[in-house]
Amino acid sequence: MEANAISRRNFLKISGLAGSALCLGTYFVAEAKNENLITAANAEKAGIEMNAWIHIDTNGKVTIVDHRAEMGQGSYQSVPQIVAEELEVDLKDIDVIFGEGNQEKFGNQITGGSSTIRGSYKNLLKLGATSRVLLVTAAANKWGVPLIDCYAKSGHVFHRPTGKKFHYGELVEVASKLTPPQDIPLKTRAEYKLIGKPLNRRDSPAKTNGEAIFGLDKKLPGMLYAAVERNPRMRGKVKSFDATEALKVPGVKKVFKVKMGVFTIYREGVAVVATSTWAALQGKKALKVTWDDTGFEHINTADIYKIQHEKLKTDEGLLLQKVGNPDAAISKAAKVIDVVYQTPYQSHSAMEPVNCVAWYRPEKLEIWGPIQAPEWVQDFVSKQMKMPKKNVIVNMTFLGGGFGRKAFMDYPHEAAVISKEAGAPVQVIWKREDDLTQGPYRPGITYRCQGVIDNGEMSVAKFRMAGQNIDHWSNGKSSGKANDSTSEGFLKPYFDSIKNVSFAEVVFEAPIPAMWWRSVYASTNGFAYESFLNEMAHEANKDQLDFRRAYLKDERCQQLIDKLEKVSGWKSRDKKSGYGVAITECFNTTVGQVVKVSRQQNGKIKIDKVWAVMDCGWYVNPDIIAAQVEGSVLMGLGAATTHEITFKDGLVQQNNFYDYPMPRIADMPPVEVHIMENTADAGGVGEPGLPPFAPALTDAIFDLTGKRIRKLPFDMQTV
Amino acid sequence: MITLTVNGQKHKVDADPNMPLLWAIRDIIGLTGTKYGCGAAQCGACTVHLNGESVRSCVTKLSRAAGQQVVTIEGLSANNNHPLQQAWNELNVPQCGYCQSGQLMSAAVLLRENPQPTDQDIDDAMSGNICRCGTYQRIRSAIHLAAELQRKAMASK
Ligand code: FES
Ligand code: FES
Repeated sequence: MEANAISRRNFLKISGLAGSALCLGTYFVAEAKNENLITAANAEKAGIEMNAWIHIDTNGKVTIVDHRAEMGQGSYQSVPQIVAEELEVDLKDIDVIFGEGNQEKFGNQITGGSSTIRGSYKNLLKLGATSRVLLVTAAANKWGVPLIDCYAKSGHVFHRPTGKKFHYGELVEVASKLTPPQDIPLKTRAEYKLIGKPLNRRDSPAKTNGEAIFGLDKKLPGMLYAAVERNPRMRGKVKSFDATEALKVPGVKKVFKVKMGVFTIYREGVAVVATSTWAALQGKKALKVTWDDTGFEHINTADIYKIQHEKLKTDEGLLLQKVGNPDAAISKAAKVIDVVYQTPYQSHSAMEPVNCVAWYRPEKLEIWGPIQAPEWVQDFVSKQMKMPKKNVIVNMTFLGGGFGRKAFMDYPHEAAVISKEAGAPVQVIWKREDDLTQGPYRPGITYRCQGVIDNGEMSVAKFRMAGQNIDHWSNGKSSGKANDSTSEGFLKPYFDSIKNVSFAEVVFEAPIPAMWWRSVYASTNGFAYESFLNEMAHEANKDQLDFRRAYLKDERCQQLIDKLEKVSGWKSRDKKSGYGVAITECFNTTVGQVVKVSRQQNGKIKIDKVWAVMDCGWYVNPDIIAAQVEGSVLMGLGAATTHEITFKDGLVQQNNFYDYPMPRIADMPPVEVHIMENTADAGGVGEPGLPPFAPALTDAIFDLTGKRIRKLPFDMQTV
Repeated sequence: MITLTVNGQKHKVDADPNMPLLWAIRDIIGLTGTKYGCGAAQCGACTVHLNGESVRSCVTKLSRAAGQQVVTIEGLSANNNHPLQQAWNELNVPQCGYCQSGQLMSAAVLLRENPQPTDQDIDDAMSGNICRCGTYQRIRSAIHLAAELQRKAMASK
């Protein structure tokens, strides 16, 4: 009793909002899967500060924390949409703020792996419901009426028999002294008023009148601006530099060498600190730097693929998964389909180039920026700067796109180092050229796929992948085990139906910074594996959808195929056009796409339509989902038909949008999105729409032209 | 000292006349709605109106705006109620939102010049604006919707 009495006080937190407030949060043991609702007792025992996801102040104002990055994928809308559902508040009445980086408070915050919703929705529902029950109980106690006669709606608790009411603000004091009940029943999907509805995004208005604050828009009093000339070869060093001309640029204050940590290595450059962005950029241009590029390999794109192709001829690689005995079956087969697919290095090229604001003081370092993983930044930068973690505050702004690049910790660290040396708050801007030429990149991967069709049945599918392992980069070494993402993208039910199937990683290392890029390995695996399945279907003389139906016995897959077939009019497709299909899995979500292409009068191929069916289980906002799929298709289009980062002598050869051209509005095909309804757990949304696009497109082109495309990017203008 | 009018307000700017208008607007005048995307007239994120015409402020020298009228996204309407802004919000056009200031400024000129644009007109007028998030399909629909809203507003006047 005593312990609880003390602990309960933890709920009553005087926050800066408006006097006392009810604050509810969760307590993360370590991993997201161990998340527990904070109760008075366990908060106390864990010795943590009672944290708050939901604040309700005495005026009744509800504030919900968005603990994830908002980089376009919609967390700023979806997170409150979930909480408000169970809390019974109207979305128009609440405020939403971004949470700062804090693993103990918020658990995983990394906005990657399409994890915003799937990683936290159960917890958010529970939090909302718990707060609501506490408030309703408080009202019943205040009125001295039975709990059963009270209910919550629109930020108020009502007494049914009399119609009297309290707003939540009038109840927080009492509610905050109650012990949170456990096991509160949650609403069923049919009872939802907000979840599942295509509600308008709450960040839209600020994004149409210039009010939204992105990283580059963050300004501080006395803030200086910095631009950095970094060694274009990531592992290279600064040998010497001449700042004479740079220092002559009006507004340039200081020029010095910087080193920033990139996982296990350091990237070096020379920083120019000035009173305006323009002065910093001019100063950077006037710098003369000599680099030391000894001690590591200067790689060429041609060599990368030559090595990958050569290795795939003989190297069996590190086995990840195996069913049956593909090798034995291949050696006995009369005919083996044996094909190689190649995919390119990609730049993330978010619309907002990398940038960061840091303000270093000996006792406190504060960071603001377009950051995908604030808790990682806090951890990494505090170690690098040798500061206690609690003295490093990492704030997220809106992100002008991220796609994986902004989960790297290099640029916040660099900004911190520069602010310390400059003795002032500093905003570091990366030019578009810096953003494009310095990576990290999605690794370019080559695949060898072998298969056998036996009496119309696919009896063997053997896959090997040769490409950089992103984890090797972040850990700095190879583990000697197969990349566990080797089969990413490939639907799991295939393992139950193909008699002989295997996946292996043929180790390929290169000194190129590799990083997750929207949908990660599924984006390249999907192209290889699904293209291969289409080739196998053709070999078996089967319709591509029927072919998949025969192997994907899982009920959800069957339903998805039926739906895709129906919405795309697959069965009645016209013979003049080309139709292609692909179905991939990514972050617990399956997406099938049908692409329709036709030959225009000028001889060029045009994409007439894309139908997408997504099974992401439990979902929040269908309009955001549709938007994510539309965007994924366009990003997939660039990656399939235009984009390739190439290296010559270790230097990236693309610079800006003139030589890494982005698809324009005229390139956007009409995309129609359908979402499957079921009761499965939530899957990802932001990325899974991307992987099936390229293989569905090349399948459609095969249907139209008879030409198989096995290497990306390919030129739509010339096929 | 360069004098220019931004969103109806006169500003005296003490800066290098070669400084791109973009940085003068963002760093000195303090309006951050206009974005930097490429600095090379490739992406349109920095689009503003100079005497009513769309320009890429990243390649427009500050000196060129001397004595001229500049309108930025902050000045497109008083209450976020330009028909385009209404349509953008109605159809949830923005994803990350970073390109949208530029998209809206380009679309505003289109809609003024051509109150009933076709898909082709839209594609032509908007070809200078990149959206990495792929909101193009919605941009197209939103321009059509804005055209309709604009027509309705005219009719009711
Ligand atoms: S920033 Fe001006 S066109 Fe890209
Ligand atoms: S909305 Fe993100 S770049 Fe257009």
